[in-house]
Amino acid sequence: MEPPPPCSAAGRAAALAAACINYRRGGPSRGLELRAVTAAATQDIDNVGRKYHLKLVLEDILEKDNVVNCTAEILYHLGNKNAAPDVDFTIEGELKNTDEQDNIFYNQIKSLKKELVAQNIPDSHGNVPPEMEPIRLLARVAAGYVAWQNSTENTRYELAQIKDVRQVKRSDDYLEFDYMVLLHEFVSQEIIPWQMRVLWHPQHGVKVTQNSRQPKPAEY
Amino acid sequence: AGDEAQLALLQDLEEQVDLQVDFWRGPTKPGLPADLRVPFQSLQAVKSFLEANDIAYSIMIEDVQDLLDEEKMTMTLSRRLQRSTATFDFASYHTIEEIYEWMDELVAAYPSLVSKLEIGQSYEKRPLYVLKFSTGGSGRPAIWLDTGIHSREWITQATGVWTANKVGAGDASVTAILDSMDIFFEIVTNPDGFAYTQSTNRLWRKTRSINAGSICVGVDPNRNWDAGFGGAGSSSNPCAQTYHGPYAHSESEVKAIADFILLHGNVKAAVSIHSYSQMLMFPYGYKTEAAPDYEELNELAAKAVQDLAAVYGTRYTYGSIVDTIYEAAGTTVDWAYDNGVKYSYTFELRDTGRYGFLLPASQIVPTAQETWPALLDILLHALEHPY
Repeated sequence: MEPPPPCSAAGRAAALAAACINYRRGGPSRGLELRAVTAAATQDIDNVGRKYHLKLVLEDILEKDNVVNCTAEILYHLGNKNAAPDVDFTIEGELKNTDEQDNIFYNQIKSLKKELVAQNIPDSHGNVPPEMEPIRLLARVAAGYVAWQNSTENTRYELAQIKDVRQVKRSDDYLEFDYMVLLHEFVSQEIIPWQMRVLWHPQHGVKVTQNSRQPKPAEY
Repeated sequence: AGDEAQLALLQDLEEQVDLQVDFWRGPTKPGLPADLRVPFQSLQAVKSFLEANDIAYSIMIEDVQDLLDEEKMTMTLSRRLQRSTATFDFASYHTIEEIYEWMDELVAAYPSLVSKLEIGQSYEKRPLYVLKFSTGGSGRPAIWLDTGIHSREWITQATGVWTANKVGAGDASVTAILDSMDIFFEIVTNPDGFAYTQSTNRLWRKTRSINAGSICVGVDPNRNWDAGFGGAGSSSNPCAQTYHGPYAHSESEVKAIADFILLHGNVKAAVSIHSYSQMLMFPYGYKTEAAPDYEELNELAAKAVQDLAAVYGTRYTYGSIVDTIYEAAGTTVDWAYDNGVKYSYTFELRDTGRYGFLLPASQIVPTAQETWPALLDILLHALEHPY
């Protein structure tokens, strides 16, 4: 039976849950995307905020048939508007193991003679060179973190484009990239430049060590 | 490289950064060739080095720049050759000039069905072209379609071209409709914005009108309509993406359509196509109160998204604008509805955020193909339910 269309606020909460889940579980070889919201309920908690109870279906970007069910709870805080919403989730079932692809990507970057530099991913026509796909998925994971930290009930962020990415030279085992991305905020329809420093290691996952909103250039 | 010694020499050459030799195929094993690109200023030095060490070489490409120039010319030529509707590449994104050229080709190919009208001019004085599909009669009940009102939503103009081609070429599914109704289709509804997305900022949304007293340019053409104008869900800040403009219909792009529809007086359905989100919506956006025809519009939307999903499995949500996406004041469809056009719908095409506005061209035709039956549902319903 088809679920009823989610109301717009529940849709935003679901998008936030998906972004958070992708931040926690995604990587250069795995991107999780919201496929459907199967249940949504809200609960007002006096003096605290509004809680959304959601049942979601997520799909793996790289393998559309790979689908998982999740339950998520999002609490948007009443008082401190600068506090990130609390997000708790559980994933039912297994996510496909990506160790092999992660190691291929890791070795590819490690064996580059010069630090990676790239612009405009995707380009104006939506093209992403295959070797840039993991770079893009990594940005998506990091953008999920930024979205989570900056979301309210009335925002929804998507990664619109990577304007610039530069690999940062490191003496240890980690890979580090400095991204300048454009985020698309749905409700205001604004395009927001955002800078992110992202650390990754096949065994240690993704970490956004630093991020900052950038001023909007005149032509935006 | 002939032997180990020569291999080592070539590898040394690679390390001489100041020579800027670019190895297209690196020296890996003795007996295997290596390919190098040598900048003009290093030619003499590299040649001498190779000769002095008895490393055999031959010139494969005299001048790489020549090849690049030739390639560029071929690409430009190929674009010009795509003029004919039979060879027009529907699976790629096109410039305004290419779309306008193709429109003329369509009219030339099907003159008894298709004509081109100019309903006004954009802020920067570009023509606002509308394709009219009609099998005759006068003042027949009509359908209004528009794509590209938000210029960065490139999938919409591209879907518009594919769809207009399908209608113009006389697809059987649309014959019944064209027997008694006319279709008016504006494909590049915001040409100034579209040109700007191609020249300067791919993610530009608004018109390009100058705002008095502000450094910020442009008005959101989907907040500029006289329906709840200036209300919540639009901004009074000229720098905002949802800036509603100084007054309703201030934008020539909007006024042209409003005047056209009012003057026509017999428009029965209006569909305004956007991206992205995968949604099919109907009024209202400017108020939470349900539209009088809510039940009928909702039921029709449900059927349309079901028929859309049947093509490639793409899931759409549907409902009123305010319920489905957000509060939005001054929208095209709310205005059309409040001015007597009962079947007023807005599509948000693919995708749901993975590529967003930068949807790969490979998805143009599938998107257009799946949208077609949904669009038909709306048009057929309008045909079968005259009012």
